[in-house]
Amino acid sequence: MGKWTRRGFIGAGLLTGGALVVGVALRPGQRAPGLAHLVTSGEEVLVNTWVKISPDNTVTAIVAHSEMGQGAQTALTQMLADEMDADWDNVAFEEAPAEDGFANGPLGHGFVAGNTNFPKVLMPTVVGTFQKLTEVMHLQITGGSSSIRATGVFGSRIAGAAAREMLMQAAAQEWSIPVAELSTRDSMVLHEASGKQDTFAHFAEAAAQFTPSSSPSLKSVDEFKIMGTSKPRLDIPAKTDGTAMFGIDASVEGMKYATITAAPVFGGKLDRIDSSEAEAMPGVVKVVRLEDAVGVIADSYWQAKQALAKINIEWSKTEQDLQSSTGIFAQFDKDMLADKEAGESKTDIEMGDVAAELATAERTIERTYRVPYLAHTCMEPMNALARVTDDKCEIWTGTQNPLGTRYEVAEALEMDAENVTVSNHMMGGGFGRRSKSDTAIQAAKLSRASGVPVKLIWSREEDVQHDHYRPAVTSTFTASLGADGKPTAWENQFVDKHEPAEAPHILYDVANQYVHYTDSPTHIPFGAWRSVDHSQHGFFTESFIDELAYEASTDPYEYRRNLLAHKPRHLKVLDDVAAKAGWSTPLGENRGRGISLQESFGSIVGEVVEVTIKSGEVSVDRVVVVVDAGFAVSPDGLIAQMESGVVYGLTAALYGEISIEQGRVVQTNFDSYPALRMDKSPVIETHIINSLEAWGGAGEPGTPGTAPALTNAIFAATGKRIRELPVSKYEMQEITG
Amino acid sequence: MISLSVNGTPQTVDVAPDTPLLWVIRENLAMTGTKFGCGIAQCGACTVHLDGVPVRSCVLPVSAAAGRAVTTIEGISNEQGLHPVQQAWIDQQAPQCGYCQSGQIMSAVALLERSPDPSDEEINQAMAGNICRCGMYGRIRTAIKTVAQSGVQQFDPAQVQEVQNG
Repeated sequence: MGKWTRRGFIGAGLLTGGALVVGVALRPGQRAPGLAHLVTSGEEVLVNTWVKISPDNTVTAIVAHSEMGQGAQTALTQMLADEMDADWDNVAFEEAPAEDGFANGPLGHGFVAGNTNFPKVLMPTVVGTFQKLTEVMHLQITGGSSSIRATGVFGSRIAGAAAREMLMQAAAQEWSIPVAELSTRDSMVLHEASGKQDTFAHFAEAAAQFTPSSSPSLKSVDEFKIMGTSKPRLDIPAKTDGTAMFGIDASVEGMKYATITAAPVFGGKLDRIDSSEAEAMPGVVKVVRLEDAVGVIADSYWQAKQALAKINIEWSKTEQDLQSSTGIFAQFDKDMLADKEAGESKTDIEMGDVAAELATAERTIERTYRVPYLAHTCMEPMNALARVTDDKCEIWTGTQNPLGTRYEVAEALEMDAENVTVSNHMMGGGFGRRSKSDTAIQAAKLSRASGVPVKLIWSREEDVQHDHYRPAVTSTFTASLGADGKPTAWENQFVDKHEPAEAPHILYDVANQYVHYTDSPTHIPFGAWRSVDHSQHGFFTESFIDELAYEASTDPYEYRRNLLAHKPRHLKVLDDVAAKAGWSTPLGENRGRGISLQESFGSIVGEVVEVTIKSGEVSVDRVVVVVDAGFAVSPDGLIAQMESGVVYGLTAALYGEISIEQGRVVQTNFDSYPALRMDKSPVIETHIINSLEAWGGAGEPGTPGTAPALTNAIFAATGKRIRELPVSKYEMQEITG
Repeated sequence: MISLSVNGTPQTVDVAPDTPLLWVIRENLAMTGTKFGCGIAQCGACTVHLDGVPVRSCVLPVSAAAGRAVTTIEGISNEQGLHPVQQAWIDQQAPQCGYCQSGQIMSAVALLERSPDPSDEEINQAMAGNICRCGMYGRIRTAIKTVAQSGVQQFDPAQVQEVQNG
């Protein structure tokens, strides 16, 4: 790291450049010109790059995370404002621009290092290290349920507290009063003894001259005024009157509309096209041939769509033209078996001696589970607006990864990243899909090819058929049970390991464990899907433990309890969810309850799902959730994320299946790739435990436990075990039978 | 040339008659509150009112709206304030990503105009055409019920149109 500098703290209206406060550390660099537009009036003072104070004493938090409804921007603003003692009624936020200065080191730390607790004294170094790492990787990602637990804990709170100290230093200097005698309240600095007081705005310019502490004193939980309260989300009013600006709503002068179709078989290339009819259609500006796609630019989206349908396209043959879901799962089986026989699978966890235990066990249980590919189907179809000139590219879009988009677009256009700007917008759903830059790159290419600004809008069909999918996965288990019914050995082999590393690991106390995996790549592009690898492994491990409970003739809740004596925090979540759900209260005929316990992204979630089987259909009646995220910065926000995570998980478990035939995706739209709707949506009851342990994430942890709790409930109601998702694949007679 | 009324304002547009109303609203009239979600009347994001009845504008040819009154999300509030349904959405913190909510709100407004105190089954029927991938169905249901209970569904959209014209 270079020498710390305080040049990031600038006088009124001027950005003379230099350092940025990121997390707990100052960072050298000369990138501030890119931040200049943050200061919109000559009188605003950028105290540090995470806080701005206006002459009217408005405190604006600059938030390095994008908003897709998860409420992160409000929660991060709460964290900063509380530490700063700002007046919440006079607090605003702005999203940070796609500049390296905001590359989230704290996210890098939180995501890469998992939940490792570093000694406090090392934190500046750790954050600094990851800052460097993420800077190189151009990360400014909103993902990994990281906003609060990483950016907020290591960034917003520190920045707010540091800004408060700087304001007090400035007041101390002006009033010639020791800092220790000053206090702050509602965006004011006060000296109670003399009755002196003035606004943050009054001291802002002077405060900017001080070097912020990298370890300012933080509030204890009992001092919180804003954190821990359910502040109305700042982004909501605009989402009720049509004024919220999503990427699809962006516009610039002279803009044309485009739509596109990419090679249906992933990896296919454009061979030849006949676009003569399309080019003669009204409004058509240009038909653009990309390497693997054909785009039509027209005066309106409808004209572009109509014209695209009239183009005869021949795609190159690929080696995957005959691939199918059946073929892919057969490949997984073959590769897993070959690895196993050759002893060549990769070890994930090895504890004790599983082989010896299984060889001598009286009773072993083997099960195989499968999950299909899943699309994200964000409500807002993928889109981007691009304006490319000879030496410049401007992008307007909604992205989870604005900085990555900037660099990827620059690379695709062979342009210097300095000449690419990304203006981020609200996202109509992200769920991981909007961490990819593919649509922005296409839009940029279409704009360059046509010389006009182009707003590219994908059809829903394009969205379903050209996603970066949650991978299809097969996972096999073998366990042995001791005389007391508890598992004595746990062996698990699955295909392909991505992130987070701990996703396949179980919470339960089993002495001998061998978890290993086999690489079995396919041609289907994959990406992060809400909760990433937890989405599949949560289903696998919580289904298998449920099966072991049944084999041991033990209640599945009691069975889990008995394996959690070493984890009191998890045990409490489990006990609470069972109690809140009335676990021991009998349900009527054709009804059943299922339970699951998951830890992901630093939060522990217990779920109980209740189902009724009627007329051969599964009705999900009620879902009870208990979540321990350490501390709920916004309780209602955490509840909303649990509700959302559960419904997202239910949609996938009940209906979600992207299947492959002839190398391409079969499903096209919400008719063939359904989503849970109001009439099938359960009552969801969420209960929060504030354990005050390390703060965890909210956006994803509600999802992984939903599928197993559902299928465990179906088992309880019917005696039928669902080992392959989705549930809709099963004949209802089979379930009720 | 096709003439129609949008939020009480007469509009004439020069588009092919088969152009879906959605794209006329979004592109020709530059009112972006109405959203594109699926293009096949499956998700409800594009819901607007045609003579007071909720329709999926992504499949409704603009010619079918000729001479008729279209109301969009921009047309249900006015300078005096939000529509009670919008306020209920804020009170319940119903939106997450918010993309589907224009359509959800338009479906809910139509439901409450037709049935001021809807049963759960009526709510299911009226709202099942609107997908929310953030899964805020519980909050949406609660918001609809709070509007019904407070009796403010007497709201008259015609008055809004007058104000806007004025």
